Amino acid sequence: MLTPASRALIGRRLLQVVPVVVLATFVVFGLIKLLPGDVAVTLAGENATEQRIAEIRHLYGLDRSFLVQYAGWVWNALHGDLSRSLLSGEPVADAIIRCFPTTLLIVALALLLSLAAGIPLGMAAATKPGTWLDSLIMGFASLGVAVPNFWLAMILVATFALAYTIFPATGSVPFSVNPVDAIRHATLPAAALAAGGVAEVARQLRSSLVEVLSSQHVRTLHAKGLAPGSILWKHGLRNVSVNLLTVAGLLANRLLAATVVVEAVFAIPGMGNLIVRAAIHRDFPVVQGVVFAMVVVVIATNLLVDLLASLLDPRIGHR
Amino acid sequence: MSVVAPISSRRRAVLPLLRRLGRDRRAAVSIAVLLIIIGASLLAPWIAPYSPTAQDINNMLSAPSEAHWLGTDDLGRDTLTRLIYGASASLYAAFLAVAVAGALGVPVGMFAGYAGGWIDDVISRVIDTMLSFPAIVLAIGVTGALGIGLTNAMIAVGIVFAPQLARLVRARTLVVRQELYVDAARCFGAPTAHILRRHVLPNAIQPVIVQVALLLAVSLLAEASLSFLGLGIQPPSPSWGAMLARAYLNMELAPEQVYPPGLAILITALAFNTLGESMRTMLDPTIKRP
Repeated sequence: MLTPASRALIGRRLLQVVPVVVLATFVVFGLIKLLPGDVAVTLAGENATEQRIAEIRHLYGLDRSFLVQYAGWVWNALHGDLSRSLLSGEPVADAIIRCFPTTLLIVALALLLSLAAGIPLGMAAATKPGTWLDSLIMGFASLGVAVPNFWLAMILVATFALAYTIFPATGSVPFSVNPVDAIRHATLPAAALAAGGVAEVARQLRSSLVEVLSSQHVRTLHAKGLAPGSILWKHGLRNVSVNLLTVAGLLANRLLAATVVVEAVFAIPGMGNLIVRAAIHRDFPVVQGVVFAMVVVVIATNLLVDLLASLLDPRIGHR
Repeated sequence: MSVVAPISSRRRAVLPLLRRLGRDRRAAVSIAVLLIIIGASLLAPWIAPYSPTAQDINNMLSAPSEAHWLGTDDLGRDTLTRLIYGASASLYAAFLAVAVAGALGVPVGMFAGYAGGWIDDVISRVIDTMLSFPAIVLAIGVTGALGIGLTNAMIAVGIVFAPQLARLVRARTLVVRQELYVDAARCFGAPTAHILRRHVLPNAIQPVIVQVALLLAVSLLAEASLSFLGLGIQPPSPSWGAMLARAYLNMELAPEQVYPPGLAILITALAFNTLGESMRTMLDPTIKRP
């Protein structure tokens, strides 16, 4: 299935990812340098004894040079050790593994909703540009981009959890325990997130589809008498599929970040909960760990999108 | 990307844009809405009916009434008053974040684009890496490091958004660098700093102005998010995000209190976005108006 050219492309892309990951670890580790004053004193928290401060200094290798500290952190991270939480003592990697599936389910559901609603809306607007339908859809899209998604989440809770108890207002259930209940808990957060996603997909799809549909080769298709429906499905969508894939990838990354805030509305114990609590209490190993984990997911998503794009459009690898 | 005619002063790049915006109905409405909100926030002490911290203990979580047009919060504070005062905190936050992003991103992007070669390669790689960080998550991390508070939170947001502006300015600078008037200035022996300031910046700045409008909307939403999470503004100062956090705690008792701050954020963000889109359409003749 893979041609030598696309195999070479995959190899090239994997190699390009390496410096990005290295730089990302540098940024994540460098976060600790933003802490004002003596890092060990800050990390030890208020009323810490001298002994505790010395312990922390040694534990995090703060008595060594920055590069040595950095190398140590990367070495441990490569072995799956992201240090321990200062608050609970739990290994950071364990906390991330515990919280990530909850967040992932919400992101996946939100992405699905965004595409399921955004694609038809974008197509409808693009096939009738300049009409009232187009204006209506694009008007709603503008609202969707500007609405604070956690506010929308509150309104959804007020409506669907408090006024009509259709969905639960708070918490989450692991997908592995009870898939149906897990999805029920994830539906409202995902719907709140999807508002922006639907708007984004509809806007982007409309603009690229309008461009394709007004191009010379589509005019030729009309001239030779092809039905508008099959022009749209066979030629229009195929030409914008790579665009759509890119939009979906960017959207997945943005949803991942946005979940952090929406989770707080529903008191969902996901990645957002983890990093917000850690940031408030200056539990720095956890902050670094979560930021790092999210960057890795984003970089992996981008890589996946690039590879899928080269499969969809064989020209990409040869440019 | 449109080709912009050579312009030698910054003012001449901005003024015609503003004049053309005045003729665009959507842009004009957005500007009017923003001016009203900015005006209200500046005149808050004179136009707000109460003090933002005055408590009316007999009227807690009250519904809209003649005394309190938008009702009161859980401490009996007037919602309309806090909405007006909150505007200044939220707008200050948005402008601060974008100023930080501009101060960091524009010089770095211009330097990378003008220097070219390995310097450009290194800076571009760093920019690309920064762009793969989920913005709000990194902002939360940076805020955690700098310390909780509105100013720190928005500096964090600014740092996180800087790469977006840097990338944009770099791309424009690459184009402008090739222009004849830059060559001419170089031939006349103009110092690089002068060329960057007088020739490159004015011609690379237009897409930045568009992006600034869009970033203001995103920063406003970021302020609301961070303050809602408790990382931004601290009580008793009002901001729209902090008001939402309080209203949410009491949503079962007074659900209508959730609407004023949320709508304020929505309308302001919508105005910034519409303004940005209008400017983009104006600057780029290839975009077709929806």
